[in-house]
Amino acid sequence: MHSHAHKIFRQLLCIVFAALLSFVANADEVSREQIKGLDEQVQDIKKDVLNLSSELAMLEEKLLFPSNTQVSLFVSMHKGDDFRLDSVQLKLDEKVVAQHLYSFRELEALQSGGVQRLYLGNIKTGEHELVISYSGKAPAGGEYKRSGSYRVTKDVGPKFVEIKIAGPDSTEQDIQFRDW
Amino acid sequence: MSLRFSLAALLLLPLFAHGTVRPHQEMRDIFYGEILYHAYQHDYFEAISHLDIELGQYYALDEPDLDSLHWHRGQAEFAVGDLELYYRMHQRAGRAIEAVLGKNVAESERNEAAFRLARLYYRKQDYVNALHAIELIKGEVPEKIRSDEAFMRAQIYVSVGKFNDAITILKELKGDETYRGYIEYNLAMAYLQTAQTELAVAMLDELGKLDSDEEAVLALKDKGNLKLANYYVDAGDAEQAAKYFSRIRLDGPFSNKALLGAGWVAVAQQRYDRALVPWSLLHEREQTNISVQEAMMAVPFAYSKLNVHGKAAIMYGKAMDVFASEIDSLDASIKSIREGKFLTALVSKQADKDKNWVVNLRKLPDSPETRYIMELMAAHDFQESLKNYKDLADLRQFLTTWLDSLAVYEDIIDLRRQYYEPLLPQVEKKFKKLDSRIRLRIEQRDRLNERIKSLLVLRRPVYLATANERADIDRLAKIKVALEANPGLATEETLYRLERLSGVLDWRIESEFDDRLTTAYKNLKDLDGVIDDLNKQYRAFVRTRQAATQSYEGYTIPIKQLRTRLHDTQVKLKGIMARQGRVLEQMAINELDKRRKRLEEYQIKARFALAESYDRATKEQEKKLLEQSAITPEKTATTKTETADTEASATAATTTANAGEEARP
Repeated sequence: MHSHAHKIFRQLLCIVFAALLSFVANADEVSREQIKGLDEQVQDIKKDVLNLSSELAMLEEKLLFPSNTQVSLFVSMHKGDDFRLDSVQLKLDEKVVAQHLYSFRELEALQSGGVQRLYLGNIKTGEHELVISYSGKAPAGGEYKRSGSYRVTKDVGPKFVEIKIAGPDSTEQDIQFRDW
Repeated sequence: MSLRFSLAALLLLPLFAHGTVRPHQEMRDIFYGEILYHAYQHDYFEAISHLDIELGQYYALDEPDLDSLHWHRGQAEFAVGDLELYYRMHQRAGRAIEAVLGKNVAESERNEAAFRLARLYYRKQDYVNALHAIELIKGEVPEKIRSDEAFMRAQIYVSVGKFNDAITILKELKGDETYRGYIEYNLAMAYLQTAQTELAVAMLDELGKLDSDEEAVLALKDKGNLKLANYYVDAGDAEQAAKYFSRIRLDGPFSNKALLGAGWVAVAQQRYDRALVPWSLLHEREQTNISVQEAMMAVPFAYSKLNVHGKAAIMYGKAMDVFASEIDSLDASIKSIREGKFLTALVSKQADKDKNWVVNLRKLPDSPETRYIMELMAAHDFQESLKNYKDLADLRQFLTTWLDSLAVYEDIIDLRRQYYEPLLPQVEKKFKKLDSRIRLRIEQRDRLNERIKSLLVLRRPVYLATANERADIDRLAKIKVALEANPGLATEETLYRLERLSGVLDWRIESEFDDRLTTAYKNLKDLDGVIDDLNKQYRAFVRTRQAATQSYEGYTIPIKQLRTRLHDTQVKLKGIMARQGRVLEQMAINELDKRRKRLEEYQIKARFALAESYDRATKEQEKKLLEQSAITPEKTATTKTETADTEASATAATTTANAGEEARP
């Protein structure tokens, strides 16, 4: 009885494997060499495009944001701050120069220690007033809004200002400005 | 989630957890922070591009140690390799990591670099070089990569056939939470390779009993149980096979295979009604699945074995309808792929946003039926090709945007030229005037400075006489000369007055010399301030003039060269993208074709089985009719009861199958 059942079982398996093999043999397969060769070509073109990207970025900076007028405003958060930042607005001399709504991924990048260049533009040498306003959700719930201002002194060279913001649960100051 | 997906996800996890693409305790370079911002969002192209610029500028400096990137240099050099690896630029990543290995670095850094290199080669399935790289690790392995390194080493050993070494490492690793499940599975596979079957079975059994809520571990448990069940199928031990099939979750990635296998195990035991339980469950599932399609043939097969030929014939008929409709769908899908719809759908923006995009691709108009290629799409080769294709699509977009940007830059440059060029001659004239005025003032100041300095050395009070005093001195001198020429005019009183006045003047000039010298010095300092201001104005003027000129000059040739290179790259990229697209299409068509042929095979079998079942059902019916006409009414009643019993047992089996959880194989 047992051997008969085993025989049926084996026959069934043989049928399934035979069918499978016949299908595989008929297919016009893509070879691994073909995939590997293409992958190498893709890597080469990535390298070319990256080189072009770097050169274009430098050309763009020289042409559009020359160092004597260039100003960059960076936004960062304290590492591990679980404040759910929603939006940031930047004003330079009472004019809104940047507004940003944060995606989850962007927020995660900020919370992990990344620094976002939120504004790259041109200003004259001298004193300028920078105002930042941001809002978001506090970890405990409820909306959290803060605002702060800073006097930016633009000299002959490019100006870089970092604005570090904090949530309600942070032990750090709400907004810290730093000239780089 | 398929196991392949979960495996890939788990392999990536340690990279993010322990990779060097993470900030220093304190961010000392704002631009490095910006690179991290892109890297954390998996925007590797931007991150690499920025990092290339930063490192390029850093190494071009005369004193790079004074640059703020200096604080992150080590991290940045590691990050290059990591980012390139994430961006699947393995060749460059390998070179970057080898560069770190070639430097005189600390043992921990060197070991970390060697580990990264080994991982890179392993992913490229270059196991010999992976082994060579992992063997470069000497001394203490950094804590943060210790378990990753050990697991990677074991995987490499398995890949090159050093199973006993792999077993030793995996045994030591047992209990490590990061690789829970994977250690047991790999250990079992290594035991199997070394013919230690009992140990392998015991390990798979242990894996199958792991307690976990993690989807990846649960999937591994199912895989282990399936492996064991199949092992017992091969060994002809149907009972044990059934036991392990029954351990597999009904909603896991291996549930279809488990249900199908459980049915065949029951068939092997000639318990067709029990085979119907898992098969009927499977029968109701997604019709594009291989196991479900096999169940469509298996269920009527079981009914025919139970002598319920009528139902078997109906189900074979239904299966044929399904197969015909699926073949049509496959034909349409192959046609759609050949028309390029598949590639269009793959790079659609929706695909990037939608987590379930592979399945939802089919909802797009004229897109192929992607359920048939789900398994293919989870395969490593297809995934790599797909990622490459998507990357190429992004690069194509970049190149188009950049070419458009170049045209805009040229417009800007033209506008600037039109604005500045007519202004510059006038500005130049004013500039020259200002320039000569400043030069004059500077010369005057320098003369004055020299005079004051000489007065400090040799006292000459007359040099500091006022203009009136000078005029008075001159006048007195003239009077003196006139009196000498006409002595008749020179009375004693006149001469006295002349002497007195000269004396007063000399006294005043002499006595006020020190104060006057101090005032002169102060005035010189004030003049210095004025000249400084003039110089600032001068420099600002020079800068502005230079900025104006540089805002439109010197760009023509670089832009022209960039445009040529962008065009060349665009042409090259187009060719590679077409080839990559054809590979993807071919893979998908092959898969669909394979499935189509399988369905055609089923169709033929179903047709014969249907005919046979129909034939048997008819014969059965004829037999009953003959018996009915020959027997007494009492006997008729008995026969009816028997037939009803047979049908009832089949119906009962179907009902049990639909009962859900309790009907697990």
